Amino acid sequence: MQLLTQRKLVNRFALTLSLLAMSFGLVWLVWILWTTLDLGLVGLSWELFTKMTPPPGESGGLLNAIVGSIVLVGLATLLGTPIGVLSGIYIAEYGQHTWLGKTTRFVNDILLSAPSIVIGLFIYAVYVARVGKFSAISGVLALALIVIPVVVATTENMLKLIPATLREAAFALGAPKRAVILSVTLRAARAGVITGVLLAVARISGETAPLLFTALSNQFWSLDLNEPMANLPVTIFKFAMSPFADWQRIAWAGVFLITASVLGLNIITRVLFRQKHKN
Amino acid sequence: MSDAMMIEPQVALETQMAFRDFDFYYGKFHALKRINLEIYKRQVTAFIGPSGCGKSTLLRTMNRMYDLYPEQRATGELLLDGENVLDRNVDVNVLRAKVGMVFQKPTPFPMSIYENIAFGVRLHERLNKGLVTERVEWALRKAALWDEVKDKLGQSGMSLSGGQQQRLCIARGIAVKPEVLLLDEPTSALDPISTMRIEELITELKEEFTIAIVTHNMQQAARISDFTAYMYLGEMIEFGVTDQVFIKPQKKQTEDYITGRFG
Repeated sequence: MQLLTQRKLVNRFALTLSLLAMSFGLVWLVWILWTTLDLGLVGLSWELFTKMTPPPGESGGLLNAIVGSIVLVGLATLLGTPIGVLSGIYIAEYGQHTWLGKTTRFVNDILLSAPSIVIGLFIYAVYVARVGKFSAISGVLALALIVIPVVVATTENMLKLIPATLREAAFALGAPKRAVILSVTLRAARAGVITGVLLAVARISGETAPLLFTALSNQFWSLDLNEPMANLPVTIFKFAMSPFADWQRIAWAGVFLITASVLGLNIITRVLFRQKHKN
Repeated sequence: MSDAMMIEPQVALETQMAFRDFDFYYGKFHALKRINLEIYKRQVTAFIGPSGCGKSTLLRTMNRMYDLYPEQRATGELLLDGENVLDRNVDVNVLRAKVGMVFQKPTPFPMSIYENIAFGVRLHERLNKGLVTERVEWALRKAALWDEVKDKLGQSGMSLSGGQQQRLCIARGIAVKPEVLLLDEPTSALDPISTMRIEELITELKEEFTIAIVTHNMQQAARISDFTAYMYLGEMIEFGVTDQVFIKPQKKQTEDYITGRFG
């Protein structure tokens, strides 16, 4: 009897500790979200989506930065996804036991944890410095370099989760390897691979450092890939550091936009993943 | 052996597959030792024996499944219709079209019921859509699944129950029109009623296909097979007509296993 009460006490103590730890983590998250909402919603207006970034003291919005971000993130994803998925397939299905496969995985793991500023500087050194100017295309390259390792790692992991028996069942029908991969394993891993791509999009949506050295920013409307292009992270960085209250307000609105879209993407990812597990 | 033949009168037996001094290795581990065995055409051959005796390994050599794993290799001869399938220039994909396989756990592909079956058919034959549809229906009828799925061919194969999934896998296997069907413990993950249906199905399928089945369930082997092979530690201990193996085994070891004194 005494033992039981003691156990209950220990249990209650451990539960309290873990609840405290959880709330410590949650407090910051809620605080961040609250601040973003509180300060960001004030700046939300119709003008935000219809007007260009203004000079100090004038009214304006974030249209060029929003469109610029969509272009940069979209092109980087389009460029990085096929490379990432194909490399992931190679590592998981072909190169498992080969020297090249193992090395690729190792290099990918390094790339996955490389600080994004390093990637920005790398593109600056090999492209921007040579061409002699900041451009949207260099921003796309830098962001794509961040997308690739994320997509490679998730594709590989998702393919590895496919039970060996499913793969064997396809081979047992006399299917050649490419048919096994395209029709069976990749299809079975589809939800996971899409999740990886969405996570990569969420990751690059807020990246500032690699864009500072590449796409830079632009006060004006520009869709020219050979010119600097406006984008949300760098605009936020610039406006938030400024002494002008209206710029700061716009910066907070931009922060809110990025947070909301990344949150939205994460929710979509969750929903997709849940569907996969239902099957 | 001639006595045993009397128990089950047969038309002249034809050899479909034959192992001749067959050895198999997982890396350095000698998993199958000097196997000599005949698999007869349109007969059910059951492989029994304790876990790890090599019966699944033996089954998996018959469609060269081991080719997927670089450290596994086989020596000796494995004949299919007189041809050695271990030969380097044998196209394994063609071999696997002739020797189909169903696994222990149902393995529906992540696609519709219709596509699950059409997938294999399209790999080996160029048929127009109408003929593929005919073949899908034929296979589903053969696998006794048609009535249950005919109104939902577009649904995911994974939405079916375990027993239905296993029959779908059998339908998928026979849709390719193989000569031999390998069944690796096909009912061990199923409930008794689904098991009974699969057993009935096997008895019907042997009219057209040669069947080799690995099973842990000795009653199952006794119920459905014509020939039984008892294996132990990678060796073929006894092979013969099922009734004989179960009623009057030649070897003490077989008798001990069958009567449950060992295993």
